Amino acid sequence: DIDDVGHKYHLELVLEDVLDKDSTVNCTAEVLYHLGNKNIAPDVQFTIEGELKNTDEADNMFYNRIKSLEKELVAENIPDSHGNVSPEMEPIHLLAWVASGYVIWQNSTENTKFQLAQIKHVKQVKRSDEYLEFDYMILLHEMVSQEIIPWQMTVLWHPQHGVQVTQDSRQPKHASE
Amino acid sequence: DQVLHIVPETFQQVQHLQHLCSTLLLDLWKPLLPEDIWAGEDLHIRVPAPLVEEVKDSLDQHMISYKVLIPDVEELVDQSMPRERSRHRRVPEGYVYTQYHPMEEIYQWMTQIQKSNSELVTQHYLGKTIENRTMYYLQISQPSDKTKKIIWMDCGIHAREWISPAFCQWFVKEILQNYKSDPKISRFLQNLDLYVLPVLNIDGYIYSWEKDRLWRKNRSPHKNGTCYGTDLNRNFNSSWGSIGVSYNCSSEIFCGSGPESEPETRAVAQFIARKKSDILCYLTIHSYGQYILTPYGSTTKPPSNSEELMHVAEKAAAALMGKYGTSYEVGPTSLILYSNSGSSRDWAHMIGIPFSYTFELRDKGTHGFVLPPDQIQPTCEETM
Repeated sequence: DIDDVGHKYHLELVLEDVLDKDSTVNCTAEVLYHLGNKNIAPDVQFTIEGELKNTDEADNMFYNRIKSLEKELVAENIPDSHGNVSPEMEPIHLLAWVASGYVIWQNSTENTKFQLAQIKHVKQVKRSDEYLEFDYMILLHEMVSQEIIPWQMTVLWHPQHGVQVTQDSRQPKHASE
Repeated sequence: DQVLHIVPETFQQVQHLQHLCSTLLLDLWKPLLPEDIWAGEDLHIRVPAPLVEEVKDSLDQHMISYKVLIPDVEELVDQSMPRERSRHRRVPEGYVYTQYHPMEEIYQWMTQIQKSNSELVTQHYLGKTIENRTMYYLQISQPSDKTKKIIWMDCGIHAREWISPAFCQWFVKEILQNYKSDPKISRFLQNLDLYVLPVLNIDGYIYSWEKDRLWRKNRSPHKNGTCYGTDLNRNFNSSWGSIGVSYNCSSEIFCGSGPESEPETRAVAQFIARKKSDILCYLTIHSYGQYILTPYGSTTKPPSNSEELMHVAEKAAAALMGKYGTSYEVGPTSLILYSNSGSSRDWAHMIGIPFSYTFELRDKGTHGFVLPPDQIQPTCEETM
């Protein structure tokens, strides 16, 4: 407890590579939830002990594949009802996951627990520069209220420049239908 | 059926292809109309199986080169969809436990299971859902002259938690396949009867297949049909409506208009209350999160037998982890998850059933409710 400021948590965690369960790295973090104002994202400081895997090859392959598509990519329901994701959609899925992490961070309090439930819809947006842009409609599951919350997010990505969420907005419940 | 990819090179080729498509009534995937076929543009045609040879010969004769884009359309369709009902599905020997099944197939499965295992299994009527569907439970009971204690397990109280009914079906199959050969199971059945309700929230489950994969509640109408569904796991008479609920129908945790307001809740509660002196253990299966939850959700005050409850749960979690290393957290809902009232597990304990647990199966959020079918087997095996 930090008087007049908020609650600070010190965490020691192990990060596990989703694509390679044996690849782990230790991490320490400090999270400060601000008192009162629910519109400020918690402060996060972290240190990663060691190095994250180099993903240049896979990144470039995905980048080139999307760049060479004749028509902009469009997809929906990832994963599908049965939990399946086609191999071509895996990177789109992972990108949504990372981007949703940002949205979740910006909207978390000590009383929320968000997870990405599903990508309802994704549409690639043509760009004249080197970035890839995707307009996502995702569904977030909030554990405490059990609500499924549709959320729109615009995601920019480039193999060397990483992920950016340039726009995001919570949608009314029926927006995903 | 095959899908061919052709890029016509000349106007003559285009003409021939247009002719082929219209006379043989071929299925154009791209473009949609023969008049939109152009030289230099991609052409995708689906050719029905009996015509494949003829079409390819004709293309060869006219020096039109092609590639086979999809060698077997039916195979692809099958892979991407749940397989259609066939006669095999109703027979447990042909029943695929590593896939998710719609309610109609689960009903058929129950009938078949009883038929093929009539010395052990009986199907019983429990009640009706709000949409008037029949709820059945299976009783697995080895004939004997002594009265046996009962273990009750229900699955699918929340529609979107598909892994839960999948587990109930798996569980029944495992018991029935191995009770003669596995000494643990056979000893089990000598002393205990198993009652399994494979899908509690039938209307909701069907709705999650047909309309909204992430639906949770039942399908009771409120506010003149402008809002649907009560969270059945907030509807039991255990500190009903006190905490961790909403009184608003549009919420996922709407507790209903009163305790046991829902027919599904009443069907289960009435049965369990009637049999309570014989019920040793109440299990309710959910997902996701990987927890074994003990009472209570409505208060942090520990139940009277909390040590024993925890001890058994911890042993279960350890055994579970021993299979594939999956870790489950164990403890009272109010301490390790969130507060909630009206849960079936709390209610079962409050009326005197000593061992009452909620299992939250895989995973921890990576797939959440939409757990892929390849995880059905390991999830069920470890939980078993």
